[in-house]
Amino acid sequence: MAYSKKVIENFLNPKNMGEMKNPDGVGKIGNPVCGDIMEIYIKVGKKKIKGKEKKYIKDIKFKTFGCIAAIATSSMVTQITKGKTLEDAKKITKEKIIKKLEGMPPIKIHCSVLGTQALRKAIEDYEKKHKQQVYK
Amino acid sequence: MKTIYFDNAATTKVDERVLKAMFPYFSEKFGNASSQHSKGREAKEAVEKARKIIAKSINAKSREIFFTSGGTESNNWALKGLYFWNKENNTGKNHLVTTSIEHDCILKTCKWLEKQGAKITYLDADSEGFVSLNQLENSITDKTIVVSVIHGNNEIGTIQDLKEIGKICKEKNVLFHTDACQSFTKTKIDVEKMNLDLVTLNAHKIHGPKGVGALYIKEGIKIIPLLHGGGHEKGLRSGTENTPGIVGFGKSIKIANKKDVENMKRLRDKLIEGILKIENVKLNGPIGEKRLCNNINISFNDIEGEAVGGYLEQKGILTSTGSACSSHTLETSHVLKATGLSPLQANSSIRISLSKFTNEKEVDYFLKVLPKIVKKLRRFSPFIS
Repeated sequence: MAYSKKVIENFLNPKNMGEMKNPDGVGKIGNPVCGDIMEIYIKVGKKKIKGKEKKYIKDIKFKTFGCIAAIATSSMVTQITKGKTLEDAKKITKEKIIKKLEGMPPIKIHCSVLGTQALRKAIEDYEKKHKQQVYK
Repeated sequence: MKTIYFDNAATTKVDERVLKAMFPYFSEKFGNASSQHSKGREAKEAVEKARKIIAKSINAKSREIFFTSGGTESNNWALKGLYFWNKENNTGKNHLVTTSIEHDCILKTCKWLEKQGAKITYLDADSEGFVSLNQLENSITDKTIVVSVIHGNNEIGTIQDLKEIGKICKEKNVLFHTDACQSFTKTKIDVEKMNLDLVTLNAHKIHGPKGVGALYIKEGIKIIPLLHGGGHEKGLRSGTENTPGIVGFGKSIKIANKKDVENMKRLRDKLIEGILKIENVKLNGPIGEKRLCNNINISFNDIEGEAVGGYLEQKGILTSTGSACSSHTLETSHVLKATGLSPLQANSSIRISLSKFTNEKEVDYFLKVLPKIVKKLRRFSPFIS
């Protein structure tokens, strides 16, 4: 399968991989299409942006059972998200991930969907635990 | 970086001697084997010489060997040709028996034949990939045309007992076909002793060229052609003979030898032994004499096959995987599924297939890098905490 250089880079040297102790939110998702499984863990912090206090992703890690595309996606999602407010992190689309990875073979696009879904689930998990909505 | 090619079940490197034998038939000996003049006769002679070599290698007669474009065509032809001969001649027979671990070119042909009215029985496989002779025998009815069973499995290397299957087919008076693409020249095939009526062979798995294969059809068997035209191959397979390919095919058989097979077996077993030292891995398919001499298939559990293959490639080692991710259809290997593996286990498999060019150094290097790769991938597997 023809992967971009960026995909291979992220696959061979994935960033933010591994376990996180006491995460604030966990997102687990399985792909019914190909059997891949992705887990994203987040730690949430608070910081002031333009005078307003916002919650942001202080740390993020992933664990993935999956192919080259799934691992590269996991690595990229965590890199894009780290430091972003929860609000902004929720808006990350598969298109953005694919663009950052310099493309994805059409048959592997579902892997990138997996990345955004796992991320959103992790944020939702955090929100549920803290009974707070990011949006007012 | 040197490439280590461990994907010889996909295709093999053409042997230099094969290449050398083929060359003249592209240039000065370019004739059409059907032409009556000297150029034609020259080509014809070469084609017949190759036919003889192939026939001899499986204990058949030259006139029972028909050249095709390869394994896929031979398999398609065998099943479609037999089914439609029966249909055309209103024999009332419409049933085929095959297995759940065939190559796609058999399975998809069967699926298509079902749409044309054929009834197909797909035999189960056990955990090592063997079909049950009992089930096979019981599935044969008075409407059965042919039993088609793959000789050496392309994914997990299981070698079926063709002699026993042949016996049953003879007793039950049904035809017997085997797809021998992977086993040819590696495991003995004797059409007489195995009671084979049709055998699919090809060249590119045995260091011959791509695009050429053969179908052995026992004398007297009624089959219709797939390709109509100029009446080549006794009217059963039209199309100008691929002379260079056929010459290369013959040569590749001629140079195949027992020593190479024994060497592959030794390296295969060394690899299996070394890989099984890694924790929590599983060998798919049998061990020992009932396994293809060049096949290894391993499930690594907890990590995905394509990912293992991707890291191996970074180290210059080329393998293949049965994982869903790598297939065109995102479907898990039907062979691994048939042997009872869970989708997860099947998705965590890789296939390593050797050739006569594989050497000890390559094996040692592989065994050195593999454990590190598995360790790294398991570090971020969600199944391991």
